[in-house]
Amino acid sequence: MSVPALVVKDLSKVYGNGFQALKGINLSVEQGDFFALLGPNGAGKSTTLGILSGLVQKTSGSASIMGSDVNTDAFNARRYLGVVPQEFNFNQFEKVEDIVITQAGYFGITPAEAAPQAEKLLRALDLWEKRDVQSRMLSGGMKRRLMIARALIHSPKVLILDEPTAGVDIELRRSMWEFMQELNRNGTTIILTTHYLEEAEQLCRNIAIIDQGRIIQRTSVRELLSQLNTETFILDLTSALAETPDLEGFTVRHTAADALEVDVVKGQSINRIFELLTALGIEVRSMRTKSNRLEELFVSLVRGGRS
Amino acid sequence: MSPARIQWIALTTIVTKEVRRFMRIWQQTLLPPAITMTLYFVIFGHLIGSRIGEMGGVDYMAFIVPGLIMMSVITNSYANVSSSFFSNKFQRSIEELMVAPVHPGTILAGYVAGGVARGVGVGIIVTLLSLYFTQLEIHNLLIVVAVILLSAVLFALGGFINAVHATKFDDISIVPTFVITPLTYLGGVFYSISLLPDFWRAVSMFNPILYMVNTFRYGILGVSDVNVVFSLAMLLVFIILLAGYSLWLLRRGKGMRQ
Repeated sequence: MSVPALVVKDLSKVYGNGFQALKGINLSVEQGDFFALLGPNGAGKSTTLGILSGLVQKTSGSASIMGSDVNTDAFNARRYLGVVPQEFNFNQFEKVEDIVITQAGYFGITPAEAAPQAEKLLRALDLWEKRDVQSRMLSGGMKRRLMIARALIHSPKVLILDEPTAGVDIELRRSMWEFMQELNRNGTTIILTTHYLEEAEQLCRNIAIIDQGRIIQRTSVRELLSQLNTETFILDLTSALAETPDLEGFTVRHTAADALEVDVVKGQSINRIFELLTALGIEVRSMRTKSNRLEELFVSLVRGGRS
Repeated sequence: MSPARIQWIALTTIVTKEVRRFMRIWQQTLLPPAITMTLYFVIFGHLIGSRIGEMGGVDYMAFIVPGLIMMSVITNSYANVSSSFFSNKFQRSIEELMVAPVHPGTILAGYVAGGVARGVGVGIIVTLLSLYFTQLEIHNLLIVVAVILLSAVLFALGGFINAVHATKFDDISIVPTFVITPLTYLGGVFYSISLLPDFWRAVSMFNPILYMVNTFRYGILGVSDVNVVFSLAMLLVFIILLAGYSLWLLRRGKGMRQ
């Protein structure tokens, strides 16, 4: 059996000001996984990733990457790891290609060896045309992609992404998702934090929710979503209704003249809604879920954990 | 890939990056010392020096040239590391190194080598400029090379320590302004300490820059106010102490790790 990509045991962190960011968390991520670490602001996500990448010193416990302890065998742990931090952390006056090639050098790859991989990554991330531009001249989205290219230049086995698509427009976010999915299909274990729960739902197979320095949920995305009891659908109608229709067994709200909200409890069939609507002569133009399903669960889990 | 090869490539990467940095901003790093030292040569060496005559048994212009070269090496070695490392801390680009498998000794050696490269580079520029004003005949090349390199290493280490402790840009100008510049001017660049009263001559003997300037002057002119062997040994001891302290700071991640 292969060694896990990441193992965290009883990891604690108390900052100099006395704030306890992590209260003994335990976590394991298998190789090849696409894993999300979710949590509200200040929950301990970045502290966890900081300890893994060597930028934050733990107070107690242990963490290992591909079986190499991040403290006692930091040399190997770092070789396996690529890090995309939340904040821009490259020299603003260096050129795009120089930043990527220089990072390769820190991993023992000469400029001549790194050049083809740098070109491949910069092309894949749509930055090749900007390779001779000083990084400060890039847009926010380009800067994020530059950090991804830099993190991948040494072909790490595990990639940590801390809010990789924060502040990125929808089109670009989707192209970055495709890039990350391709990377994961090719064997790279990806661990990401994100505030966009849709992102976690779309990309990740497994998930951990952290709040106030503790892991409050560790499960697969599919398992988590199966915990949902109720899902709300919005139905846009072809014509306005005078009153709220009675759909037996469903809770219905008449939110606009030509729109309905219908709650579907776990086990109920959506087909039944259409049967009832058809019987009443009501035609549906379009249908969508009211909100992100994972978001609802996330809020209820965090609230539940605090109460 | 062997760990040693990784460290070697990482070292050459840091040095290349550092040299590329000071070459890119040559108007701030190479040009100012060239202009300042030319003014020193014209005003102190040529205009005032012609009225002074001899100092320490040699022509005044020839006397001040070694001190001015050493002053350039010291200040530029220090400034290169303090400004570059602090800038990397400020922009958080130092994290690029902290997440990589780079040994603290490699990081230190890379930044120090970058500082030495600028210090020696400026030293060569100033030396070439001085040839317009005077003739330089090297008395002992080995001592010249040794004292220049050791002094550059020592002050590059000083710049590194300053940058690690600095929390704002003002902090990296305090030591050069209030410590290095006064010590350099009082370190026998423009005069021989044999001119001083006994008390001030004794006080001057506690100034480490006096030893560097005079040892370098000995290498070029063959005249010195201090013992050359003692001077080189002192430089080595200070380098070992500062390098040990710098490595300790790096291992702790002072100002770099939370």
